[in-house]
Amino acid sequence: MSLAYDRYRKIKSTFMSALSVLCAFVVVLPLGLVLYYLLYKGIGSVNWAFFTQLPAPEGESGGGMGNAILGSLELMGLALLFGMPIGLLGGVYLSEYGSERINFWIRFGADVLNGVPSIVWGMVAYELAVMPHTLLGFIHIGGGFSAYAGGLALGFIMIPLVLRTTEEVLVLVPAAFREAGLALGIPRWKITVFIVLRTAIKGLVTGVLLALGRIAGETAPLMFTAFGNLQWSHGLNQPIAALPLQIFSYAISPYDEWHRQAWAGALVLIFIVFCLSLSVRFLSRERK
Amino acid sequence: MSASEPSGVETPHSIVTKKPEVAASSGAVPAAGPEEIAFDIRGLNIYYGAHHAIKDVTLQIPARSVTAIIGPSGCGKSTMLRSLNRMHELTPGARHTGTILMKNQDLYAPGVDPTLVRRRVGMVFQKSNPFPTLTIAENVLVGLRLNGVRDKIFLGRRLEESLRMAALWEEVKEHLHRPGTSLSGGQQQRLCIARAIANRPEILLMDEPCSALDPIATGKVEELIHELRREYTIVIVTHNMQQAARVSDRTAFMYMGKLVEFGGTEQIFMNPKDPQTEAYVSGRFG
Repeated sequence: MSLAYDRYRKIKSTFMSALSVLCAFVVVLPLGLVLYYLLYKGIGSVNWAFFTQLPAPEGESGGGMGNAILGSLELMGLALLFGMPIGLLGGVYLSEYGSERINFWIRFGADVLNGVPSIVWGMVAYELAVMPHTLLGFIHIGGGFSAYAGGLALGFIMIPLVLRTTEEVLVLVPAAFREAGLALGIPRWKITVFIVLRTAIKGLVTGVLLALGRIAGETAPLMFTAFGNLQWSHGLNQPIAALPLQIFSYAISPYDEWHRQAWAGALVLIFIVFCLSLSVRFLSRERK
Repeated sequence: MSASEPSGVETPHSIVTKKPEVAASSGAVPAAGPEEIAFDIRGLNIYYGAHHAIKDVTLQIPARSVTAIIGPSGCGKSTMLRSLNRMHELTPGARHTGTILMKNQDLYAPGVDPTLVRRRVGMVFQKSNPFPTLTIAENVLVGLRLNGVRDKIFLGRRLEESLRMAALWEEVKEHLHRPGTSLSGGQQQRLCIARAIANRPEILLMDEPCSALDPIATGKVEELIHELRREYTIVIVTHNMQQAARVSDRTAFMYMGKLVEFGGTEQIFMNPKDPQTEAYVSGRFG
């Protein structure tokens, strides 16, 4: 081995390391630029009025996106209500009670559903909750855009996500705990609820928060379910405003004022998702 | 073993050591009154799928004494133990023939709920497994709480009694709110023992309880077993022959799924009847 070859190897190594660092930067740079641009464009319009007031009439200045922010939160809450129980219990079934063959098909189904474009879920929710139906002759459902419909669409998106993350987390709970519980004569379901779920609770919450982060920015399915609203909604069976929807309609409008507000809306939306991600990081941190 | 054994062969005599003072000072407590039987096992065969794990075992385990099951790895001792509280059923493909009577009740009768069986027959595992999300106090009482017991005074008393019996009370009484996993390995195992006996099962099964412990912790657990045998029936599986000789009154030697010999511990180690037993206890194979 000659000295020249050693030097060549060192140069090559330094070059590759530099290349890796450069690539890392290239990945992070667009993110940084986007955030910076959002802040630059939007921070000026984010004020107390923005959070509390309704949109001003077209063309006029002032007003805010209070109804859209509240609407987004309400929709996320409804989606949680629809999506979390089914996803959670499904994950519990997969981990604690299922058999190999059934589990394979359930997982396969969930993976396929995870890949379904969100607008398709919007269409499903449209058919189920926006089109009028009469059940058993006298129960009327649907017949208009509503928060329920929007929450349903978002809930559909959540279900396969929560199902998979729940199963992954529960499977990590060591079998020894289940055995210990069984050896104490504790019924199976109590072991599942009070021991397994309790041990895995942080992972479960993380999975739900991740799913929430995913649906926070969904726009397409809401377009014909929640539909949007320029006023405060007076009930969950009425059309409701949502941040992504509002940003969309403002952005394609011809008014500068609304463009500015759209930037502010985008900033607030990013901030909500950021808070959710931060919570996930916080919960997953290594203790001690 | 006669004195004319050729020299060079280690006699079982050297393996039997004296039991600690505790047992001697507890007075002449008979191993089990007039031979009350805890488990009456007849013609037991256990299969895991096609694998024939336990072959035609017939055995009577006396109550209020310590019975050890010894044998080389893979001989079926753990399976034998787990059949006593129906834990072997958790393995997919497990089935059995034969009967096990516990205090004259068929453990495997059609209407019997395994959960109820396991409340009467407790188990301590090889690797201690306290629940990490529960405090020390909650760990001890979990079997009672999750089975519906609410009386706080009763629970408090049971907590202290169980921890005292497990020789852990003095060490943890100030720290009952700490997580169960904050204890050392030996303490965790004693916590698991306290958890098992908080249920007041009639019988306690121990599957190699000391194999993951250092000698000092092992000593404490063995002392514990000596204390417990006055009230409980204990069946302990161990691959450590010296331990079996130290703690048990009766010993069963198993090999390849069969029960080779069963008798008083001193007899098994000093005067085994079966040549296979003799070979194992003198260390010729293991």
